[in-house]
Amino acid sequence: MPRVQVLIRPKAGILDPQGKAVERALPALGFAGVQNVHVGRLVELDVDDVSQVEAMCERLLANTLIEDYEIQS
Amino acid sequence: MSLSEAVALGLTEDEYGLIVERLGREPNQVELAMFSLMWSEHCAYKHSKKLLRTLPVEGPRLVLGPGENAGAVDVGEGWAVAFKVESHNHPSAVEPFQGAATGVGGILRDVFAIGARPIAVLDSLRFGEPTSERSRYLLDHAVAGIGHYGNSIGVANVGGEVYFEGPYEQNCLVNAMCVGLVRRERLIRSAAAGVGNKLVLFGASTGRDGIGGASVLASAELGDADADKRPTVQIGDPFEEKKLLECSLELLDRGLLVALQDLGAAGLTSSSSEMASKGEVGVEIDVRRVPLREPGMEPFEIMVSESQERMLCVCEPEQVDAVLEVCARWDVGGTVIGEIIAEREMRILDGGEVVGRIPVEALVDDCPLYDLEPAPPAQRLYPAPPATIEPGLGVRETLLALLASPNLSSRRPLFEQYDCLVGSRTVRRPEQADAAVLAMPTGGGIAVAIDGNGRRVAADPYRGAVEAVLECAANLACAGGEPLGLTNCLNFGNPEKPHIAWQLTEAVRGLADACRALDVPVVGGNVSLYNEGGEGPIYPTPVVGMVGELPDPLHAGRSGFALEGDAIAIAGPFRPSLAGSELAKLRGEPLPDGLPDVDVAAVRDAQRAIRDFVRAGKLSSAHDVAEGGLLVAVAEACLAGGLGATLELGDADEAQLFGEGPGGFVVSGSQAALRELGERIEVRVIGRVDPGDLDVTVGGEELEITLDALRHAHGALAELFA
Amino acid sequence: MKFGVLQFPGSCDDRDAVQACGRVGEAVLLWHGDRDLQGADAIVVPGGFSYGDYLRAGAIARFSPVMESVIEFANDGGLVLGICNGFQVLTEAGLLPGALLPNTELRFVCRQVDLEVVDGDTAFTNLCADGEILSIPAKHQTGRYYAPDLDPDLVVLRYATGHCFNGSQDDIAGVRNARGNVFGLMPHPEHAVDPLTGSVDGLRIFESMAAHVGAAHVAV
Repeated sequence: MPRVQVLIRPKAGILDPQGKAVERALPALGFAGVQNVHVGRLVELDVDDVSQVEAMCERLLANTLIEDYEIQS
Repeated sequence: MSLSEAVALGLTEDEYGLIVERLGREPNQVELAMFSLMWSEHCAYKHSKKLLRTLPVEGPRLVLGPGENAGAVDVGEGWAVAFKVESHNHPSAVEPFQGAATGVGGILRDVFAIGARPIAVLDSLRFGEPTSERSRYLLDHAVAGIGHYGNSIGVANVGGEVYFEGPYEQNCLVNAMCVGLVRRERLIRSAAAGVGNKLVLFGASTGRDGIGGASVLASAELGDADADKRPTVQIGDPFEEKKLLECSLELLDRGLLVALQDLGAAGLTSSSSEMASKGEVGVEIDVRRVPLREPGMEPFEIMVSESQERMLCVCEPEQVDAVLEVCARWDVGGTVIGEIIAEREMRILDGGEVVGRIPVEALVDDCPLYDLEPAPPAQRLYPAPPATIEPGLGVRETLLALLASPNLSSRRPLFEQYDCLVGSRTVRRPEQADAAVLAMPTGGGIAVAIDGNGRRVAADPYRGAVEAVLECAANLACAGGEPLGLTNCLNFGNPEKPHIAWQLTEAVRGLADACRALDVPVVGGNVSLYNEGGEGPIYPTPVVGMVGELPDPLHAGRSGFALEGDAIAIAGPFRPSLAGSELAKLRGEPLPDGLPDVDVAAVRDAQRAIRDFVRAGKLSSAHDVAEGGLLVAVAEACLAGGLGATLELGDADEAQLFGEGPGGFVVSGSQAALRELGERIEVRVIGRVDPGDLDVTVGGEELEITLDALRHAHGALAELFA
Repeated sequence: MKFGVLQFPGSCDDRDAVQACGRVGEAVLLWHGDRDLQGADAIVVPGGFSYGDYLRAGAIARFSPVMESVIEFANDGGLVLGICNGFQVLTEAGLLPGALLPNTELRFVCRQVDLEVVDGDTAFTNLCADGEILSIPAKHQTGRYYAPDLDPDLVVLRYATGHCFNGSQDDIAGVRNARGNVFGLMPHPEHAVDPLTGSVDGLRIFESMAAHVGAAHVAV
C-alpha cells in the first residue's frame, strides 16, 4: 500500500505568525541567515488509490481558501 | 530480581528486605516494578503521612474527607462542592507545557472520579527570577499548557498566583487546584466491592508514558538505543479527557458503577491496588486485555505506565454491556481487564500466565512510614535575594518599584490566556475581587482562592504557614465568603535532611493550628518532597486552597474603589513589619530570623466582620493587605476601580506604608458604615475616594501619583511577553 | 421560539448557549450524530473545541450528520448562528465566507470587548441600532478573520477601535451570508446575558432572532 505525504502550507500573502515567531527565535539561538520561514502541517497516509488523495485534500485535509497543498508519494 | 535492581528503582536496602519478607521470596520483575512505585515517596507519603495525621479533618459541612480522590463540603440543598490541589513540579521542570497541562488533567480527573463535574481550576506557580531566561521560558510554557488543557476541556480558570524567587530556579512549582459540583447522593467512592464484579478500563490507550524511571527493568533485548521509547514526559490530550469526563459522569448518572478511580501516578498499579485496599478485596488483572498504543509492551510496563486520560471502574457483570455501550458512544474505548477476587491479593496475568502476585496489604499498607528527625538549620539556608532597587528611594518611587516588581505586577497577561467564563457561573473574574466567586445552583455562591508565600515560610515555617491560611481566609472574606474547607499542597525539599524535616514539621504545625483557630477542616491535599538540587532547597512552600460559601453572589465583594466620596480605611489588627516583606526583598536584605507573632483570634474576628459587612452591602470595596503593604493595597484598589484617592497618612513610617503582616484590610464605604465597622474591629479612616490621581500626604510631603503612572508600573509583567 | 444548540464531542459552551437561549425561548441540545433538528426555529453552533480542533478548527465537525441537516436547513432559509468555534464550523462548511486563522499574537485571549453594530437590520441584530456598542466577552486563539474580496454589506459586527486582539481584517467580528439567515461571530453573546456574571448586551442577539422568527410566523 503506497504511503503518501501531504504538505499543507499557509497560502502566500496571508500573515503567518507562527512562521514569523520561528524566524525571530532562530537568530536568538545563534542561527543567522534564515528567512522566509513558514509553518504548516504534514499528513501522512497509506492509501490504496493514490489518485483519490487530491480530492481528500480539497474536501478535508486543506482549507484551500487559506492553504496550499502538495502531494508527495 | 535482586537488591541492585531494587536500589536502582529507588528502594532502600531495608525496604527491599521488607518486601522479600512480606512475599516470602524475592519479587519478580512485575512485582518489583509495582513495589518500587507504590513504595515511592510520591505514592506512599513515607515521610509525611504521620505528620499529615495531625491536621484537623472534621467539620460540620464536611462530606468527604482526606483519603478519597478529592474532598467535598456541603453547600446546601443537596449539593456538594468537591475540591483538591495537587502538584506536578518535577514534570513541569522537564517539559513545562505538558507538565503543567497534565497537572491540570490529573487534578480534573481526581474531581470527576468522585462524581463531581469540574467547574473551576486555579493554579499556583513558582519560578526563579524572571531575569533568568529559563524561568521566563518555564513561566511562558507552563501558562500556555495550563491554558491549553483547561480551555480545551471547557473548565474555567478563575484564579491563581505566580511568584518569582531565586530558590525555585532549579525546581519550579506547578500546583493545580480543581473545584467541582456534585449532588451529594451522586458522590462515589473508590473502594472496590463485590467478588466477581468486573474491572473496566476506559479512556485513552496505554503507552510508555512516564515509565522512564523503570527502564532498568528492561528485558535484555532492549538497549540504549531504545531509551527514547520510554519517555519520562506524559503527554496530555484534553479532548480525550473531555470525552472521558462526560462518559464518567454519564456512567454515574445511570447508576452503572460500583466504584470509580482515576489513573494517575503509577497508573494501573496504584488505582487498582488502592481500590482493592479500600474495599478489602483483591483484584485480578490480565495485562493482555489492556488496549495498547505501543507494540510489544511488557507486563511491567503496562502496570506502571502513566499514560494520561484513563479511568478504572468496577461494575456488576450484568452491567458490563451497558457500561461498554456508554463508553462506545463517547468514543472512549472501554475494556474489561479483570475482576474482583476474594483473595486479598493483586494477581497480574499475561494471557493465561500469572506474572505477578502481591498481597494487597503489602503493596498499599505495609510501606514503612518514617519519622522525621527535625532540627532547626544551623546556618542560613538561603542566600539574600539580589537587590533590585537603589537605597534611599522616596515614597513615590518605592511604591512604583513595588508595583512593577515581578511578584506584584498585574498577572493580566497570564490570566487572559485562560477562559474564566465557560460554565456561566463566574460572578467575580480575576482582578475583580480578592477571591473568585462562582454561582451555585442553589442561588447562593462560593468563593475560591489559592495562596502561599514561600519566602515568609522560609523566614519562619510555623508563623509563615499560619499566615498562608489566614491570607487565604482573608481573601475569601473580602469577597464575602466563609471558609468551608481547605486543601493544601506541601512543597518542600529533602525531608531526610533535618533542617527540611524541621521546616515541614513546623509548617504542618502552623497549618493545623491556623485551621483549628478558623474552624476549617482539611479535606485533602498533596505532598511534593525532594524539591532541591545542587543549589539548595526551594523555600518551604505550603500552598493553601480554600472554598467558602456566600449566600448572595449578587452582593459579592469587590476589591476596587467604586464610589467617589467614599471614605477609605485600614481595618483590622494590622501590625505591619518590614521583616520578610517584598520591600525588604527588593532591597536585597537577607531573610529575617523569624516573623512577628500574630494574634490569630483578632485576625479571625476581623475577617468575620469584613465578611459580614461585605455581605450586608455596607462596604463598596474590601481588599486584603498583603505583599507590598498598605500603600500597594490602596494603589491596587485604585487600579481595580479606575478611581483615584486622597490619603492623609500623617507620620506613617516605612513599616506602616510598605510593611506586611496578616489582619489588614483596605475598605471603602460611607463614613457611617466605617463607623459601624469600627464598633466591631479596629478601623482607621485614612482618606477618601477621589477621581483623578492618588494623592498621598505623608511625613509632611504631598505626593501626586497619576493613575497612568500606577497602571504603567503595574503592567510591567506584560513586557516579559512582548 | 425553539433554539437547537448543536453538541459535538469537545463543545464547551454548548450548555451556556442552551442556558442563554432558554431566557428567550425553548432550547434543546442536538447531538452531532442525529440528523433530527427537532423542529428548531433556529440553530446555534456553539463555542468550544469540537473534535479537539484537530486538523483545523471546525474542519471535522462540519461533516457530522447533524451538520448535513443544518446545511439543508440553512439553504431553506432557516436561521443559523455560529459562535466562536461555531463560526469556524460555518466557514469550513461554506455557509459563511472567509476563514478564521490563528490570532496574530498566537496566544489565547479571554477579554471583555466592545463591538460596534455595523448592521442593525439583520435577523440577529434587529433589536440593535446601527453604531450601537455591545459589551461582550471574546475568548479564543484562532479568531483572525480573513476573507479576500468580501462584500462589505456582509459585515454585521466590528470590534471597536483598540478592542480587536486577533488581527482580523478590518477588525471584523461577525459576518452574515448573502441571504442574511446565517451569521457567525467570534465573541460569545451567550456569556453576556446575566447581570450576575457580566453585561447583558448579548441577550439582544437571541432576542432579535426570536423577534425575527416571530415576525415570520405572523407574516405567514
